[in-house]
Amino acid sequence: MSDNRNADSGETTTGHVWDDDLADYTNQPPRWWMIGLTASAIWVVVYFLMYPAIPIATSGTFTKGIGVPGTGQWTAVKEMEADMKDVDDVRGKFEKRLKDMAPAAILADKELSEYVSRSGKVLFSDNCAACHGQNGIGTTDKQGLFAPILNDDDWLYGGTIEQIFESIANGRQGMMMAHKTSLSAQEIDALASAVAQGNPTSTPLFTEKGCVACHGANGKGMQAMGSANLADKVWRFSGTPEGIKYTITHGVNDAGDKETRNAVMPNFSAAGKLSQSDIKKLAVYVFKFGGGKASDPAPAAN
Amino acid sequence: MNDPQQIKDMEAGGVTGLYREHAEWHVNSGEKTIHAKRMPGFFRTFKTLSESLWLFFFVGAYLRWNGRQAILLDINHRQFHFFNLTILPQDIWMLSLLLLLLAMVLFAVTSVASRVFCGYFCFQTAWTDLFTWIEEKVEGPPGKRHKLDAAPWSAEKLRLKAIKHFLWLLVSVLTGISFTIWFEDAFQYWRDLLSFNLTLLEWVVLVFFILTTYYFAGFMREQVCMWLCPYARIQGVMCDSQTILPAYDEKRGEPRGKLRKGDVTGDARQGDCIDCFQCVQVCPTGVDIRQGQQLGCITCGLCLDACDSVMDKIGRPRGLIRYASLDELGGKPVKKLYQHPRTLVYVAILLLAFAGIVYGLTHLGSLTLRVAPERQPLFVRMSDGSIQNKYTFRVLNKTDKDLTVRVIAEGGIKDQIIVDSGQKQLVTHGKASTFTVFVKAKEENIKKEVTRIEFRVENTEDPSMGAEYHTVFNGPKR
Repeated sequence: MSDNRNADSGETTTGHVWDDDLADYTNQPPRWWMIGLTASAIWVVVYFLMYPAIPIATSGTFTKGIGVPGTGQWTAVKEMEADMKDVDDVRGKFEKRLKDMAPAAILADKELSEYVSRSGKVLFSDNCAACHGQNGIGTTDKQGLFAPILNDDDWLYGGTIEQIFESIANGRQGMMMAHKTSLSAQEIDALASAVAQGNPTSTPLFTEKGCVACHGANGKGMQAMGSANLADKVWRFSGTPEGIKYTITHGVNDAGDKETRNAVMPNFSAAGKLSQSDIKKLAVYVFKFGGGKASDPAPAAN
Repeated sequence: MNDPQQIKDMEAGGVTGLYREHAEWHVNSGEKTIHAKRMPGFFRTFKTLSESLWLFFFVGAYLRWNGRQAILLDINHRQFHFFNLTILPQDIWMLSLLLLLLAMVLFAVTSVASRVFCGYFCFQTAWTDLFTWIEEKVEGPPGKRHKLDAAPWSAEKLRLKAIKHFLWLLVSVLTGISFTIWFEDAFQYWRDLLSFNLTLLEWVVLVFFILTTYYFAGFMREQVCMWLCPYARIQGVMCDSQTILPAYDEKRGEPRGKLRKGDVTGDARQGDCIDCFQCVQVCPTGVDIRQGQQLGCITCGLCLDACDSVMDKIGRPRGLIRYASLDELGGKPVKKLYQHPRTLVYVAILLLAFAGIVYGLTHLGSLTLRVAPERQPLFVRMSDGSIQNKYTFRVLNKTDKDLTVRVIAEGGIKDQIIVDSGQKQLVTHGKASTFTVFVKAKEENIKKEVTRIEFRVENTEDPSMGAEYHTVFNGPKR
C-alpha cells in the first residue's frame, strides 16, 4: 500500500487513478455511521423474528413470528382490539352513566347531551339515515316523501323525548284505508283541494265521509294513532293536490290496495338490533335536530 | 503565493492546487480542543454581563402571579400565561409576529454591528463560556490544561476530570430542569422529579437536554457554531462593507514582526503588530483575526481586549484590532447609520411586527364567537309554515371565570325569533363551549334566499363583554 499515496497530502489511496491525478482515499466510513449500520442490521433481524414476516406462496400462509416480549404473538386483529379498547375506555364513563338514565334526563345533562350529539351521529347514519336522510332531512321516492323529515316540529306520534324514544324502540305503523271504492272521483277532488289549501274542514265531505274519525274534528290529526295533521304546512307524503288525491285514493299501508303508500317505521329493539342505550342516544340525537317538544309538565325555563 | 508553479496549479483547477488551497484555508475542525486564555477587559466584562441575562432562564419560571406561574407556556392545556395575560391558540398568530420581530431584531443588529448575538448572547456561547470557566477553575489556566490533557492517567488527573465533569453535568441537569419548568408548573415539576414520578415525555425531554447541554457546551463548543448553526451562515450574509465588526487594521499592523529588545516601536519599517499571538490565544473559537473576517469569528471582542492590553504595554495607541467597517479599513468614506437602507428596511418590518403584537395584545377580548350555520339542511319548514335555521355556536371564554351568556341577533329577517332566547348558556373558562341556537322567521318576511345576520353573545352580568359574528340566514329559493 505504500505506493498508493497521494503525492501532496501523503494520504493512502486505493491505487486507482483517473484523469491523470484523480484518486480515491481509503478512509474508513465514520465510526458513528458504522455503528448505525450495524445496529440497523441487528434490528432488522430482531424485527424479522418478532413480527409476521415470510409469506409462503404455495400454502398461502406466512411465518407468524415469535411475538413481542410480554404481549405474545402479534396480529393485526389484536392491535385493532387494543385500539378499540382505548376508544371504549374514553366512552365508557359516559356510556355507564346513560345506561340507567331516562332519555329526558340525558337530554337535560349538558355533558351527556353533548356526548350524544357527537356519538349519536354514527348511530344515526348507520341505522336511520337510509330512510330519514343524513341529519334527518328526509328522503323522497317518486310518490313523494318516503320517510318523515325529523328536523321540523310536526310529529305524527308526538315530539317529546319519551315519544321519540317509543317510536324508535317499538316502531310505528299507521294505517289509512284506500278510498277508491268508497269515494267518487269528484269527492276525492273536493277533499284533496280543501286539504291542499290547509283547510280540510272547509268542505262538509270531511265530516260526512268520516275523515274526522281519524284526523279529528279540526283536521289536526291524533298523535295516539299517528294520523297526520292536515291543517299545518308540513306534509307526510306530498302537499300537491295530485299527491293528496293519491293518498286518499290508495291509502297508507292498506294491504287491499297494491298501490298503497308504504309507511313503516321498523322496531329497533326487535332481535336486539339496537341496545336500549343506543335507542336512548338516538332519541336525544333526533330530539336535538330542532323539532323536539318539551315534555309535560314543561321544565321551568332557567 | 508567489510560486509560479502553485499559481499555475490553482488556475488550472488541478487537484494539487486544491490541496494547497486547503492548507491556506485550513479551519479548526475540532481535532484538538481549544483552551482559550481568559483576559480581563471591556468586552470581557460586557460579555459576562450580557450572558448573565440568561440567569433569568434559571429563575424566571419560579415567579408567581395571582396564585399561578407568572410565565407559563402551558402546552398541555394549550394556553400561554404571561402575568395577567392568557393567550389561547386562537391568538397564536401573534407568535408568528413575535418570531418575525425577533428575526428582524437579529437582522437589524447584524447589519449594523455583525454577529452581536453570536458573540454576546447566544446560548451556545454563554453555556460554553460557563463550561470553560468551570474548566479553568478546576484544571487551571490553558497551559496547565494542555499539559493535563497530554499527561498519562493518574489519580490527580482522574480527580480533576471527575470534578469538572460532575460540575458540567450539574449545570446540564439544571439546564434541563429549567427548560422544562417553563412549560409546566415549576414547583409541581420539582415534586414529581424528586419522587421520580415524571411522565415518559418529561424524562425524555430532561435527558435530551442534559445530554445536549453536556455535549454541546462541554465537547462540541465552537464546532457547533462552525458546522451546526445555520445562523452563523445567515448572519454572515447580512454583513456588508458598512457593517462594523472586530477587524485587524492591516495598514497599521503590517509588516508584523517580533518585538526585540532595543527596537523602536513605530519604526517605519515595522508595523504595530508584534506577532504576540495574544489575539489567537484568547479566541474561544481559535481563529486568527488577522486573516480577516471568517466563519469562525463570533465577534465576541475578546481579541480586542487582548490586543489593547498589549498595545498599552508597548506604548502604541489602542485599536489595532477594533470594531471597524470594511469601508473604514479600506479608506473609503464612512457612511452614517441612517444611510444604510437595508438596516432601515429591517427596522421598518420590525416596527410593523411590533405594532401588530401591540394591536393583538390590546384586542384580545374576553370572548370569541364562531357561528356555523347548519349546512344540511340549510333550513327547515316548521308546521306553522315558518322557516327555521340552526346554528352551532362556539364561544371561547378567555377569562378565568365561568360565565353565562345570552344570544342576541341583529339584521336577518323581520320579526325573527331566536328560539328560547331567554336561555342563559354557560361558557366554561379557558375553553370553547358549544351550543345550538335556532332562529325562526315567517316565510313571507324572507325576501332573499340568503340574508345576512349578525349574532352577538354577551355576558349576562356585564353586557359590555361580548363578541359578534356575521353569518347568514338561509331560506327557500325565491
